[in-house]
Amino acid sequence: MRFDVTLRHPFGTLGSGIRLHSDAALCAITGASGTGKTTVAHCIAGLLRPAAGRIVVDGEVLFDSDAGVDLPAHRRRAGYVFQDARLFPHLTVTGNLAYGERLTRAGDGWIGRTEMVDLLGIGHLLDRRPATLSGGEVRRVAIGRALLSAPRFLLLDEPTASLDGARVVALLALIERIRDTLPVPILLISHAAAEVDRLAGHVLELAAAPPASLDSRAPFA
Amino acid sequence: MGLTAAEWTVIGLSLRVSLTAVVLTLPVAWLLAWLLARRRFPGRVLLDALVHLPLVVPPVVTGWLLLLLFGRAGPVGGWLEASFGISLVFRWTGAALAAAIMALPLMVRAMRLSIEAVDRRLVEAARTLGASPLRALLTITLPLSAPGIAAGTMLGFARSLGEFGATITFASNIAGETRTLPLAIYTGLQLPGSDGAVARLATISIVLSVAALVASEWLVRRGGNGQAHAL
Repeated sequence: MRFDVTLRHPFGTLGSGIRLHSDAALCAITGASGTGKTTVAHCIAGLLRPAAGRIVVDGEVLFDSDAGVDLPAHRRRAGYVFQDARLFPHLTVTGNLAYGERLTRAGDGWIGRTEMVDLLGIGHLLDRRPATLSGGEVRRVAIGRALLSAPRFLLLDEPTASLDGARVVALLALIERIRDTLPVPILLISHAAAEVDRLAGHVLELAAAPPASLDSRAPFA
Repeated sequence: MGLTAAEWTVIGLSLRVSLTAVVLTLPVAWLLAWLLARRRFPGRVLLDALVHLPLVVPPVVTGWLLLLLFGRAGPVGGWLEASFGISLVFRWTGAALAAAIMALPLMVRAMRLSIEAVDRRLVEAARTLGASPLRALLTITLPLSAPGIAAGTMLGFARSLGEFGATITFASNIAGETRTLPLAIYTGLQLPGSDGAVARLATISIVLSVAALVASEWLVRRGGNGQAHAL
């Protein structure tokens, strides 16, 4: 079971619990703005402690309120690609990529540095500073940085937000390739239905309306 | 400008006292700045007030408090004398201590501002990449707040150079030992016929202070161009 997550916490306006159980290579959490998608992501990554619940990824227990397990963020190793990218301004692209990589053990990674640079097409950006990059380039470097940190899973928060048409197409194709070639579990947060339907093997929809339990559905495909 | 040997001694002593004060205060000020900027704990407001005390209390009173604590009969001073034979009251080290206490609030303020300006979201990102809180502090917060730390240090140095009240109260006014630039100027004013000396020393004091201030401002400007924010 790649993702086995049960959480109880105030999410968005009215939601209070979520359940996500799936073995799919890429799971998606979707819903309109304000339904708490990023809150869920923060809980899973260890940046926010939920009221109660259990988070298990790839068989490792990251959080269990009943058993008193709460791994700190730096041990959960969620490869979190934030909606606002958050590249380190005082480091070059290479420095950013190496930041998490430096903290891994040899052989731990999903993909080598050169392979990854090719996959993401960022070879020509390596000596640049984040402030000089375009939106699409920033996103790709952020994904590379997360991948190189040998994460337990990838967490993509609205990866195509504020990108234009051509870049969206390219980024979605890239995520598809990562999903199909690397065995890293991927959790996608997105409000774009088309994106979710194309990429996800399993979808959890957060709704603002009050049904008491929010269940996941399989996509129509 | 022809300076006498005595005047060179004064300048040399002032520089030595101020540099020592600032170098020793630097880690303390940074730790306090970080605690006040990033941590919540009981007594935080009290600590903040204590740190700022030397800014608002009359320097003579600060000097008097130093005498109570570090004087020969004081709890810390007595212990230092008994265990190590160290006496601060009539030595340049005492002048450095007085200068350090007076510079501390300015340094803490400047450093705290620069630490607060570091976007926490960057620290969060570092944590998710596997950095422990300490590593994130050293590799993200510290480099991004470095210009502010440098600026605070320069400001503290300028303040130390100008320290008078606490120094003369605690360390006394001993030529060659604790008679720093401001004390020398004051002493010169008491003596008839020292106008030349006073003018020379005062000019140097102004030049040094302005130079330190300008350097501090330049460092703040250089480091503060949205560098510490997430992109």
